[in-house]
Amino acid sequence: MELLALSVAELQRKLRGKEVSPVEVLDALDARIAQVDPQVHGYLSRDLAAAKEEAQRVDLSLPLGGVPIAIKDVINVEGAPCTCGSKMLENYRAPYNATVIGKLRAAGAIPFGRCNMDEFAMGSSTENSAFGPTFNPWDTTRIPGGSSGGSAAVVAAGEAFAALGSDTGGSIRQPAALCGVVGLKPTYGRVSRFGLVAFASSLDQIGPFTKTVRDSGLILNAIAGRDPHDSTSLSEPVPDYTALLGQDLKGLRLGMPREYFIEGIDPQVDAAVRAAIRQYESLGAEIVEVSLPNTEHAVGVYYIVATAECSANLARFDGVRYGHRAAGAMSLLDQYGRTREEGFGPEVKRRIVLGTFVLSSGYSEAYYGRAQKVRTLIRRDFDAAFEKVDAIICPTSPEVAFRIGDRSDDPLKMYLADIFTIAANLAGICGLSLPCGFAEMEGRQLPIGLQLLGKPFEEAKLLQIAHAYEQSTDWHKARPPL
Amino acid sequence: MNADFDVRYTAQLARLHLSAEEVARFQAQLSQVLEHVEKLKTVDVSGVEPTAHSNEVANVFRADEARPGFAAAQALANAPRQANGLFIVPKVID
Repeated sequence: MELLALSVAELQRKLRGKEVSPVEVLDALDARIAQVDPQVHGYLSRDLAAAKEEAQRVDLSLPLGGVPIAIKDVINVEGAPCTCGSKMLENYRAPYNATVIGKLRAAGAIPFGRCNMDEFAMGSSTENSAFGPTFNPWDTTRIPGGSSGGSAAVVAAGEAFAALGSDTGGSIRQPAALCGVVGLKPTYGRVSRFGLVAFASSLDQIGPFTKTVRDSGLILNAIAGRDPHDSTSLSEPVPDYTALLGQDLKGLRLGMPREYFIEGIDPQVDAAVRAAIRQYESLGAEIVEVSLPNTEHAVGVYYIVATAECSANLARFDGVRYGHRAAGAMSLLDQYGRTREEGFGPEVKRRIVLGTFVLSSGYSEAYYGRAQKVRTLIRRDFDAAFEKVDAIICPTSPEVAFRIGDRSDDPLKMYLADIFTIAANLAGICGLSLPCGFAEMEGRQLPIGLQLLGKPFEEAKLLQIAHAYEQSTDWHKARPPL
Repeated sequence: MNADFDVRYTAQLARLHLSAEEVARFQAQLSQVLEHVEKLKTVDVSGVEPTAHSNEVANVFRADEARPGFAAAQALANAPRQANGLFIVPKVID
């Protein structure tokens, strides 16, 4: 367990110093997975032999040399499964590599293990996986958050040193908060989406789950940058995202949005976040109240824009070229309809129906058109706030992990759980969640997440701000009782 | 409020078969979601430009040069049914 408690930075130092070999690391990880994953179910599959083969020829002098990284099962790794948590892709094998996989390997990392997720990344609890839910390592009767719940849980449970996930409306930050790890959603366009199975193309972004803020910067260093295969990736220069770590916060201004400190937040979450804000004051940051007046509309805009885009993106699953195909269809149309009925789970079907409706003739202007305009207002709210502050500070989620099954038949209530994370995707800004304490629930300690939101392409500053707090607390050292 | 929202018809547009039970359940659940979304109609959006993408890039071109793509065998590797280098589907035209 000693080895498995290491951060990516610490592990890489030991690998580079030949204190441990990458094959030994993989064996230790595999044993840990065999020991705890039956309780967590964070992984859908793993290929130890392939990872070990890769480990033989890895260059340990590279920044991530020899470090295994778990991958959400929505990012293509050639030859590996990529189920997206769906029966539709149960037997699919990726025929190519996502750009982030090539970039991780170029930095010396070894992709190892495929993480469970809500089907096609649609959900906030990982209960929508066709292969069964993931359980929160802090209390296995509770959800880990979602949709990247597997990625968050395996890092928290010490079954991975780091993992990649994807964030469309909070799917990295919310599970990071609920599992007590660091989750970063980069600026839209910072990381290539090529090879990420699309959910909502104008919102999706890949990012890391790690135990520490420094590790988050190390992984972003490897995966950021323009990619000719993704025309929405931007050519902004890629700085060293660890360069500002350790610099003090004097003169930095953090904004508390008054719309994010409202009735209905769990009192223990509210108290922990307010304590973190006081801690920031003692670290030299200035706290300023800001307003994001269109916050109350974010969930509504999101569930129009995201479902509209998903209904278009998921049209490709028709049983012709890949994926599940219904047997015995009488016509092509019958084959489409039944393939999709059998292959998709209920939440995906609900969102396809909603997205099709808001785009349908006679309604698209009233719903989709209007939502796109309100999206502009949400972006402007952030532009105005960032004129006054360097970053925004708020809770990641209004609550701690809830019990498995509590919300599964109340989609609206489930959607409202994303209230604090969704706006960042609509505005395209960067955001991060880091541990800021625990709530005590029925004798269990449940992690609480602090969210920091930053200007586009200011991930380095966001990580600096997160790092200063992390280093002044012990929250990131706590481990779940597994 | 959304008397026009018809799950069965919308699912047909999406080429998605649903059971009678799913139609009834989604009709109730999604009507609730649409009711929540109604609030957007109170926002003054006059003169506001829509946002399709948060970063405004347009016309991203590359040089018009051939580059390698999938070989036929790779493209067919995940096909549910294939023969002679082709995807096999039910008859479309009689």
